[in-house]
Amino acid sequence: MEYEPVIGLEVHVQLKTETKMFTRAPYHYGAEPNTLTDPVVLGMPGTLPVMNKKAVEMTIKAGLLLGCKIPETSKWDRKNYFYPDMPKNYQISQFDQPICDGGEVEIEMEGASRNIMGEHRKVQLTRIHLEEDVGKLTHCENESLVDYNRAGAPLVEIVSEPDLYSADEAFAYLTALRNCLVAAGISECDMEKGQMRCDANVSIRPKGTHELGTKVEIKNLNTISGVRNGIIYEIQRQTLAMENNQPIVQETRRWNAEEAYTTSMRSKEMAHDYRYFPDPDLMPVRVSKEWLNEVARDIPELPFDKQRRFFNDYDLPYTLTSVLCPDAKLAAYFEEALTIYKKPKQIANFIANDLLRELSAAGEHGALPLESCKIKPAHIAELVQFIDKGEISNQIAKEVFPEMFRTGNPPGQIIEEKGLKQSTDTGELEAVCLEVIAENPKPVQEFKEGKEAAINALKGQVMKATRGKANPKLVDDLLRQLLS
Amino acid sequence: MSDEIYYKTATELRSLLDEKQISSVELIQAVIDRTHAVDSKINAYLDTNENQALAMAQASDERRASGQTRGPLDGIPVSVKDLIVEKGKKARCASRILENFTSPYDATAIINLHNAGAIPWGRVNMDEFAMGSSTETSYFKKTVNPWDLERIPGGSSGGSAACVAAGETILSLGSDTGGSIRQPAALCGVIGMKPTYGTVSRHGLIAFASSLDQIGPFSRCVEDSAMLFDAISGHDPLDSTSYAGEIPKCADALRTKKGPWKLGIPKEYFPDTLDPEIHAAIKSAIESYREKGCEIVEVELPHTDLAIPVYYIIATAEASSNLSRYDGIRYTHRSDETSNALDIYFKSRGEGFGEEVKRRICLGSFVLSSGYYDAYYLRAQKVRNLIRKDFQEAFKKVDALLTPTSPTPAFKFGERSDDPITMYLSDIFTINVNLAGFPALSLPCGLTSGNLPIGLQIIGQPLKEDDLFAIAHSHEEAHDYCKLHPCI
Amino acid sequence: MSERNNIDIDYVANLARLELTADEKAKFSGQLEDILKYFDKLNTIDVSGEEPMAHPFPVFNVLGEDKPSATLSQEDALANAPKQRNQQLVVPKVVE
Ligand SMILES: [Mg+2]
Ligand SMILES: [Zn+2]
Repeated sequence: MEYEPVIGLEVHVQLKTETKMFTRAPYHYGAEPNTLTDPVVLGMPGTLPVMNKKAVEMTIKAGLLLGCKIPETSKWDRKNYFYPDMPKNYQISQFDQPICDGGEVEIEMEGASRNIMGEHRKVQLTRIHLEEDVGKLTHCENESLVDYNRAGAPLVEIVSEPDLYSADEAFAYLTALRNCLVAAGISECDMEKGQMRCDANVSIRPKGTHELGTKVEIKNLNTISGVRNGIIYEIQRQTLAMENNQPIVQETRRWNAEEAYTTSMRSKEMAHDYRYFPDPDLMPVRVSKEWLNEVARDIPELPFDKQRRFFNDYDLPYTLTSVLCPDAKLAAYFEEALTIYKKPKQIANFIANDLLRELSAAGEHGALPLESCKIKPAHIAELVQFIDKGEISNQIAKEVFPEMFRTGNPPGQIIEEKGLKQSTDTGELEAVCLEVIAENPKPVQEFKEGKEAAINALKGQVMKATRGKANPKLVDDLLRQLLS
Repeated sequence: MSDEIYYKTATELRSLLDEKQISSVELIQAVIDRTHAVDSKINAYLDTNENQALAMAQASDERRASGQTRGPLDGIPVSVKDLIVEKGKKARCASRILENFTSPYDATAIINLHNAGAIPWGRVNMDEFAMGSSTETSYFKKTVNPWDLERIPGGSSGGSAACVAAGETILSLGSDTGGSIRQPAALCGVIGMKPTYGTVSRHGLIAFASSLDQIGPFSRCVEDSAMLFDAISGHDPLDSTSYAGEIPKCADALRTKKGPWKLGIPKEYFPDTLDPEIHAAIKSAIESYREKGCEIVEVELPHTDLAIPVYYIIATAEASSNLSRYDGIRYTHRSDETSNALDIYFKSRGEGFGEEVKRRICLGSFVLSSGYYDAYYLRAQKVRNLIRKDFQEAFKKVDALLTPTSPTPAFKFGERSDDPITMYLSDIFTINVNLAGFPALSLPCGLTSGNLPIGLQIIGQPLKEDDLFAIAHSHEEAHDYCKLHPCI
Repeated sequence: MSERNNIDIDYVANLARLELTADEKAKFSGQLEDILKYFDKLNTIDVSGEEPMAHPFPVFNVLGEDKPSATLSQEDALANAPKQRNQQLVVPKVVE
């Protein structure tokens, strides 16, 4: 029998606020242990939570971005369980009245090749709620060390319906979700920094049936490849169990990335009894029409909508849009260049190829961020203009670009300083052409005998002699004139 | 007027200080000396900070000399219930589990005291985590009732009530979750007031039951209470449940608000089981209001008898969660006998909490547990709404309600320790007010034949503390119960 | 409610991470059952259609601006800790 996997993802995303969810202690990644705390973060006796307005607005924004319904009222609940990374031994979260209901994430599956667009589909969301993060444990031989810097950082939990049907779809979903949230400035979604974390609910069922099988929750899927590999492993494990008539137990399993398998953490019977109840220290959130409209003003275009627009408006090929559109900043950079000179394809090419290559070569850990790039969008537009006006060749432009990247100077200045302007002095060029004709009798002979391509060899020699500065069109005209 | 400095009221002392008849340093010294003389019997204090208090008194005297006085409480000593945190001081909630905890921050109420020039000078005993009605559940000591050393002072703010009654301070701050200010005030013959929920910040008040807890004043006269309430009340952005509108200024209102008022008598508060001497004392208080021209009407609070179950479900549920943070990991007692992380929880909490706290944590965890939430917690929240509606309905007809504060006078040590339900019934007349969120105070209104104080409870309307104090003040003016002191 | 008046004290104590002695367990079970019986009073009235009351005076949107305020020093943050090393709290190894 053939089996079909059904997957739902619970994704936790850290919001890009300055301060924590329920106190104004700062939060940022990578600080010295236990330096980003205050009495509230540490759950000291007598402390009380106060909501972070920005975090609430970012959650509403995420909801609007993903087509969720924003109920008028949402409230806060306590989720009670003991764990050393959690200062109060309860997490302030949202149980039955989250800030966002429903919603969907458009995903794109891998195409037949890199140049071909894959199939698109919308994955249904259950809800998005807001909560507080826990601290970080480091495990040593006999002890665990606790750092509460991260404790209390705002987290949204984005819960999908069981609406994903392969590990690849889960991967595509995470990618699409990340692109949307980064575009809206809601989170950096860097999985390595724990800014995006994922748990997966996986079950399988005979293909063609509709009832859901017993679900297994997988935790500790800490990298994007971990999500894919963990799910693949779990599908195989469950399929094998089914084929051998072994029962699939409802449980929570942990993905072990080093050794690539899942192990049982706790069974259904051992599941936590969280004793959710409304947090008496916090008042509910009420989202008025006005507040909603205010937040909505700040909603960016979704990456896939942008891609469709780039096809229509700029007639760009799929490969270029698939580089530019997922990255809102890169796409904005591109469109800014277009305001100076509207040659989408050439400009997109410089950005997608030359610029990204330079950025990735310049970065120490990963690529240099676009914000640190010295080339202004206008410079790229100007560079294309120089080519189009015939003032430099493509070849020269490829030499100018790294200089622009290194110095931040506009292309005109670099061309000027380095004397790279194409020669349009016909007298001088004619002398070079005559010299080349005299020194290359063989191609001259061949051209005269009607072999059209032979002229390219002569053109190459002229370009070489002028170190690329000659205008290729002019050289062509001159050679033909002189040989006729 | 008493001759001893330590038995004067803040209102009296303010004039003496202003007229330079005494200094704040002398006042603090008198209170320290009195405490040294009697606290070995009363056992109200857990900690005192005498040197710091004298330095603060010195500073207060200097302010007064240079005309920079911060208000009527400048230079007046205030004791603080052990669950209101002060920076650099131990805050133990009378619990072994917080034995070694020193707070790194001040409660908003403490900051407000400093701003008023008042001198928080010692930390007083209470029931462990405010769970109790007799102060017997304290891990550290048993505070006694200054009127009868064999009897309990009431609770949970028993230390506050006892030290005010015994002249070991002028004022005190307590907290009231189900009667924890009013009941010990009644049993010790002082004034104790629970403000409208949200008028005094809970920031820095170690939580028992968050939706019920309020900090409030203890004093030996109504005006003192009003002044202390004025000092500690106000909006606090650090407490999301803090009231953001205007809160009445009460001390001045005592002279402007003179009645007559319409006063309600809820018949549910006069059951057959009510102590006859208490019944008589309350009746005579009612009569004296009537004689002053107040209209007395009978009102109904039909859901009164449901308050105990509602209260014990909501309070223990909230407490079971609030007290989870005391786990042996960050700042609390950690058991020596731990071999793994789970042990730290079980053993530290098992050793650190006393019996009553454990009993309530168990009850609270149970009512929230899977399958029981709707039947207990959710249902209790709905009935709580009905109880509040009872009050709202009654207050359409009256300005305040008059009731006994406690169904009995102070009982003997150990009398109710092993019978939780009887102990819980001690709060039968006070907890409704916390459930509804209304303000109320307890005022001395007589002594039993055994020379034990009796308290009259006046329940006011939300955010009408000015009327509440004025009504109490008018009774105080006509009688001298507030001027009675125990012989220790 | 009345049919559920027997409280599983082991389950509850485990939820609350509370070590109880055998005596405490026996005593609490009895007392808590009495208390629950007393709670049965709540079933004598109809609460359908009644709103649950979470706060005495409900307001909405008590929000703080996202502006950083003071932090505790590392030293103060750990001052009350029973055990610490490398500026972190130490607990026996946590497995789950
Ligand atoms: Mg979850
Ligand atoms: Zn979560």
